[in-house]
Amino acid sequence: MTLLSIKNLTLAIGDTEILHDVDLSMQAGEIAAITGESGSGKSMTALSVMGLLPTGSKTTGRIMLDDTDILDVTEKHLCTLRGNVMGMVFQEPMTALNPVQTIGAQVAETILIHEGTTKAQAHARAADMLRKVGLDMSPNRYPHELSGGQRQRVVIAMAIALRPKLLIADEPTTALDVTTQATILDLLRDLVREFEMGLLIITHDLAVVANIADQIIVMQNGRVVESGATQTLLRNMQHPYTKALFDASRHRVDLPPKIAGDPLLNVKDVARDYPMPRTTVFGKRPKFRALDAITFQIEQGERVGLVGESGCGKSTLTHAILGLEDVQRGQITLAGSPVFTDNRPNLSVRRRMQVVFQDPYSSFNPRHKVRRLISEPWHLLPTPPADADASITRALREVGLQAGDADKYIHEFSGGQRQRIAIARALIVEPDLIIFDEAVSALDVSVRAQVLDLIADLCRKRRLAYLFISHDLTVVRGVTDRVLVMKAGQIVEQGDSEQVFTAPTHPYTKTLLAAAPRLPELDKV
Amino acid sequence: MIRYAGKRLLSLVLSLIAASIVIFAVIEVIPGDPASFMLGVNARADTLEALRDQMGLNDPLHVRYFNWVTGMLTGDFGTSWTYKTPVVDLVNDRIWVSLPLAVYALILSTLIAFPAGIIAASRRGGPADMSIMGATQLGVAIPNFWFAMILVLIFAINLRWFSAGGFPGWDNPALAIKSLTLPAIALALPQAAILARVMRSSLLDTLGEDYIRTARAKGLTRRQALWRHAVRNALIPVLTIIGLQFSFLLAGGIIIEQVFFLPGLGRLIFQSISGRDLIVVESVVMLLVFVVIVVNFAVDIAYGAVDPRLRSKS
Amino acid sequence: MTRNIIFGGVLTTLFTGLAILSFFYTPYDIQSLDIPNKLHPPNGANWLGTDHFGRDILSMIMMGARTSIAVAVLAVGIGICVGIPLGLLAAARRGSLLDEVIMRGNDLVFAFPSLVIAILITAIFGASAINAIIAIGIFNIPVFARLSRGAALPIWERDFILAARVSGKSSFRISIEHILPNITNLMIVQGTIQFSLGILAEAALSYIGLGAQPPTASWGRMLADAQTLTSIAPHTALIPGLAIVLMVLGLNLLGDGLRDWLDPRLRRGRV
Repeated sequence: MTLLSIKNLTLAIGDTEILHDVDLSMQAGEIAAITGESGSGKSMTALSVMGLLPTGSKTTGRIMLDDTDILDVTEKHLCTLRGNVMGMVFQEPMTALNPVQTIGAQVAETILIHEGTTKAQAHARAADMLRKVGLDMSPNRYPHELSGGQRQRVVIAMAIALRPKLLIADEPTTALDVTTQATILDLLRDLVREFEMGLLIITHDLAVVANIADQIIVMQNGRVVESGATQTLLRNMQHPYTKALFDASRHRVDLPPKIAGDPLLNVKDVARDYPMPRTTVFGKRPKFRALDAITFQIEQGERVGLVGESGCGKSTLTHAILGLEDVQRGQITLAGSPVFTDNRPNLSVRRRMQVVFQDPYSSFNPRHKVRRLISEPWHLLPTPPADADASITRALREVGLQAGDADKYIHEFSGGQRQRIAIARALIVEPDLIIFDEAVSALDVSVRAQVLDLIADLCRKRRLAYLFISHDLTVVRGVTDRVLVMKAGQIVEQGDSEQVFTAPTHPYTKTLLAAAPRLPELDKV
Repeated sequence: MIRYAGKRLLSLVLSLIAASIVIFAVIEVIPGDPASFMLGVNARADTLEALRDQMGLNDPLHVRYFNWVTGMLTGDFGTSWTYKTPVVDLVNDRIWVSLPLAVYALILSTLIAFPAGIIAASRRGGPADMSIMGATQLGVAIPNFWFAMILVLIFAINLRWFSAGGFPGWDNPALAIKSLTLPAIALALPQAAILARVMRSSLLDTLGEDYIRTARAKGLTRRQALWRHAVRNALIPVLTIIGLQFSFLLAGGIIIEQVFFLPGLGRLIFQSISGRDLIVVESVVMLLVFVVIVVNFAVDIAYGAVDPRLRSKS
Repeated sequence: MTRNIIFGGVLTTLFTGLAILSFFYTPYDIQSLDIPNKLHPPNGANWLGTDHFGRDILSMIMMGARTSIAVAVLAVGIGICVGIPLGLLAAARRGSLLDEVIMRGNDLVFAFPSLVIAILITAIFGASAINAIIAIGIFNIPVFARLSRGAALPIWERDFILAARVSGKSSFRISIEHILPNITNLMIVQGTIQFSLGILAEAALSYIGLGAQPPTASWGRMLADAQTLTSIAPHTALIPGLAIVLMVLGLNLLGDGLRDWLDPRLRRGRV
């Protein structure tokens, strides 16, 4: 039985047409996944179904949910459908809940709005629903007391409280850690089967799509380019964009072999504590141990990966290595010299290290030109190089940009180009070690593949050592020789990348690897 | 919540101590000797010295500060040099004009600003929003004392609905409130304009939050989402402004009291300053600061009631 | 929203222009009294009428604009020159004792009813335009300190600041090179708002006789003089009041317009 059918949906906001002739249909009890890169229109399609488009949107076409045309009913009628016949789960669980209401009250509200039950009954049913989604806690808690994964469970409980026929989930696990992602996906799958709901899931992660969906819909620039049953589509892709998308996410970097060298970075028995708020008025402030007995080395020309979930101490470690913060115990040296001496960072050592950050949008001062942005590390040199212009041009060319780009502002570049500029900034002082701090995590798959290729290419041209920090295990595996696995401030496992990924020894590494969604090997499907 | 309130209370006490030191220091640096001021220029040196002794002016600085503070804590604010009466009595006569005026104005301002801000935000860009925003733009620009003069001209002189000034006392509460009405309106309207703008922009910020979209996805109408989820969250910055406004209304009363010839604290402090009656100035300023700090404390506690995150933090 | 900038800009330019013109020319000399011609309503000879001493109100308004603008600009200057460095310093040393001291100091100044302190200052040091500037200026300091700290804090969390730190730049240098340019727009907008509040404060102080002293003309003093005359010569009270309203309105519109125009989020939406 067809649950949802979208015909010729066109959406314009102002004068810009966002969606063009979108067609899709799904059955009751089916899981359909819309996938595509940013700007493909997948979220807007979902919001159209909910009737929650931004003001100033104009739509044509038909969205049939059972026998109702969503585009043709009054707002009042839509309100009776939302939360009742169709529910929605959003991407960002940290902000999706009202901070001043208890979680129980927020779930109960769905019930109260649509059914004439008493408050007590609604709250009792809300408590049941919270248990159903695996939250074994008092419904009187407030959102800020919950973790991201727990909050996402509350949002799910809210969306399914009245057992809607259609559940829409817009990137429901993108903001979550990989182990949490796995449990949330399992929960969604189980609920769909139990309640016989239809689930329309929107995600950019093709591995998630391949693992959960019965049907895949691929979108690009506001159009559906291809759709079909998962197995059929994976085996027999028709549209070149679909092929390119899957190729890019399966992309293996051609990393040149490591040329062994002398030890470069030496991290020895490092510990870092942060003071926490007092629990008693005059008592000692308790401490949170962010880093605990961290010991590892990086040789010249060696490429090392660091994986771990949020809050494991990855960024604290980055700051400590860069000498931005001192450590309480242990020592960090680069080629024998400590990175931090006498309460201040050692700038002569810092000169030999650079960093590339995650967010291509906040990594650059929007008020400076590229020339000034990428030459900032020269501040570390006693005197700027004599051939400044030539060095800037060389650095830009090296990352695949033009000499003329030096006189542009950062907003004139795309996300991928910005990460190239960030790499140029890191290369300009010819460092021995670069730290890539989630440097490709914010990029779309095709752009990510290009940036990873660039890094491999740089390794061919010079002997580059780097520490590649990422939560994405597949990426780390492709671009590193050796990998460190971090959990709660400790390195729980380290070793040769292939070794760790194929035969992990620590239980946590095993959990991580099991939780990470993987694209099926297509030849074997 | 108790810990949160305790922390705020501690900060209240510290603020009061800091404020009292600042006020004491300011008064200390003022040139002029109160004793010679009281006795006039022809006073004999030994009488002057005796009076200085009696007033405690010869004590060391910290003793004088300590005496002043403990005096205030026990309700002894000293004796006015010009009126020759205890400051407490002077203040007691006048605070029952100034405080009701400020509260009256605050109530008016809130009663006008809340609906105006909510209507403007919920009909953003529409004609109601445009006219409310236009009116607030004008309201913010009007000096309250000039507005007071215009009100007197229209309602007291031309229409004769109110008296042009003076205060009959609280023996007849209806009459007292009536005589405070024009001053309160003059004080309240410009503040209401500010408050309405804050309310509107805070609501607009809140309406853009993710949890409003979540609420709409649950099936709440725009109106329900506004009232159940947006308003309470939007109140947090609005409460800050209300706290600040109370201090402004209390002090702004000084000028409005001049326009309407009201016997309030404003007139008292104004007359004491021109008469160099510094003990009165010192005490009244401290009293005003005390009220302001206590109001801000109340605002902080109200935050805690509105926002569970503050309650559980620290 | 450029409509706000145009309308506000025209009003602001008009009054600033009148103030500048008053250095070279006023229709009449406001020092000389002309009692027989007192309290004339607006007419051909005196476009805005005359006051109780027979002085030309238009000339007084021009001279008063000069006082208002001078006092407000200097008071905002004090706020900017002291407040912004304090705010940037507090943000650069966020969480430290210094930050705490600066912020608590701000709170303390906010706890004093500003008008009372302004009255106190002018009373102690004598009523004059200079003391009015200082009194108003002191209360501009915490406004700019708090705002610049608040605006600087999220910028300190951005990655480009981390990149600058990795490049070995000191927090002082980062504050000047990276933080300041990114909060300038906000400070300009707040500057116009404080400017308009300064005009209002100056009017209030001179209304109670604690601002600029005669013979310097000021709008607040003109209103004080007119207070007892409202029933016989309403124009003496209406005109200076309208001058204040229009000047403040112009500055506020300009501030609003600038905020919308300078806000990159809104501008991106427009492109």
